[in-house]
Amino acid sequence: MKGKFLMILALGIGVSTLSLPLLAHHGNAAYDYTATKTVKGTVTDWTWANPHCFLWLDSKDENGNTTHWVLEASSPVDMRRAGWAATTFKSGDEVKVDIMPAKNGATVGRIRRVVLPDGKVLVAGGRYTL
Amino acid sequence: MRGEGWLDCAAAPKLRRGRLFQIMSKRIVISGAILFVLLIFSRILYAQSGAPSQSGGVQREDWWANHEKWNTPIPDKPVFAGKKSGPAPRRDLSGTWDGVAEGGTQPKGAKDYPDDASHRPEPPYTPLGKEARARNKPGEGEEQVPIGLVNDPVDSCDPVGFPRIDLFSLKAMTIVQTPKYVVWLNQFYNVYRIIWTDGRELPKDPEPRYYGYSVGHWKDDYNFVVDTVGMDERTWLDNVGRPHSSALRVVERFHRVNRDILELTVTVDDPKMYTKPWVAADKLTLHLLPPDFDMGEMICSPSEMSNYKKLVANPVSGGGK
Repeated sequence: MKGKFLMILALGIGVSTLSLPLLAHHGNAAYDYTATKTVKGTVTDWTWANPHCFLWLDSKDENGNTTHWVLEASSPVDMRRAGWAATTFKSGDEVKVDIMPAKNGATVGRIRRVVLPDGKVLVAGGRYTL
Repeated sequence: MRGEGWLDCAAAPKLRRGRLFQIMSKRIVISGAILFVLLIFSRILYAQSGAPSQSGGVQREDWWANHEKWNTPIPDKPVFAGKKSGPAPRRDLSGTWDGVAEGGTQPKGAKDYPDDASHRPEPPYTPLGKEARARNKPGEGEEQVPIGLVNDPVDSCDPVGFPRIDLFSLKAMTIVQTPKYVVWLNQFYNVYRIIWTDGRELPKDPEPRYYGYSVGHWKDDYNFVVDTVGMDERTWLDNVGRPHSSALRVVERFHRVNRDILELTVTVDDPKMYTKPWVAADKLTLHLLPPDFDMGEMICSPSEMSNYKKLVANPVSGGGK
């Protein structure tokens, strides 16, 4: 019974993750769908927009060089469903973001999940979680 | 077993009081244990078949009472599972419905014709249909191209059009019935349609419209049939670029299964593009949302889309840094 219960629990979590809705009508051809890259940095802006929200991030490497990242997310309706809000970030927040990186190396990515300054983890809505 | 059973009261006087007490105590303990096991078992069964599960951190039974009243997030599928329903009201589709839980969002093309590697039953194209399909460069499906090369009209916030609005993105949707027409309000791209029920005929030579011209009638008390013609050829049929011509005719069948479930079947008939009619969505289940559900906006903003292209789509599609 325990095994079955766990299996159903796992299936439930899997299905609810996979069935999250999405707005994007374009696929992942430009992204490395199988890779996850972690970007740490300071939030410079959070654009709560249709059809896609963006998170702007400045990331400093060990030599002090700053890289500007633009990280895309799904639409407000989808993001809200996954527990995000227009007020999720404010400029200056230090965050850690797991992204689906661009194949061509552009400093752009799709957000899979984020760790907020207080340690709270948010998973993105839509295909971004996959 | 005579003399030791719970029900064998006649045997009791024959037993010494202490012995009787001992037997009774043992039975109580065993019965209690059985009851405990049954309770645990029924709890597990209940969890599997019916209820409390999580949706956005809210217990399922709580969601119906405690959801947000503005920009209400569409709940997760478990919130609908096992919900007790009632009989379908007669000739009534009104309410706000969720299409997400059962596959109303279809990035890879019409629900029953998904365009993916494992399962790709392409619709029955005519030669003209094949050519038109090849001209459309989608961002999804087997023919997908990088974001910057997509020529999907929706990429510029042009209208989604009908029936793509049914076949691509049925999220929340409100139906309002009036004596002469039915109003259909879709969350995705804030689209509305008017479906006339006043007995008028479809236009003979309609000026094309993005969402066409619709008339509806009740086939019986629980089945509402909508006929739509006059769609603008510039729109795509679905998200992977299946084409349609202005000769397209679409039949939607809304079947009110019970109080909480509506099934939508969409049949596409376009003799210029397809050799025969085909069922693009077969009994797509829509779930009734609570009457105070407030749809969040999902408008395609041209300036925000333009920003998206500049900041994201073009950099990832080009040569990179």
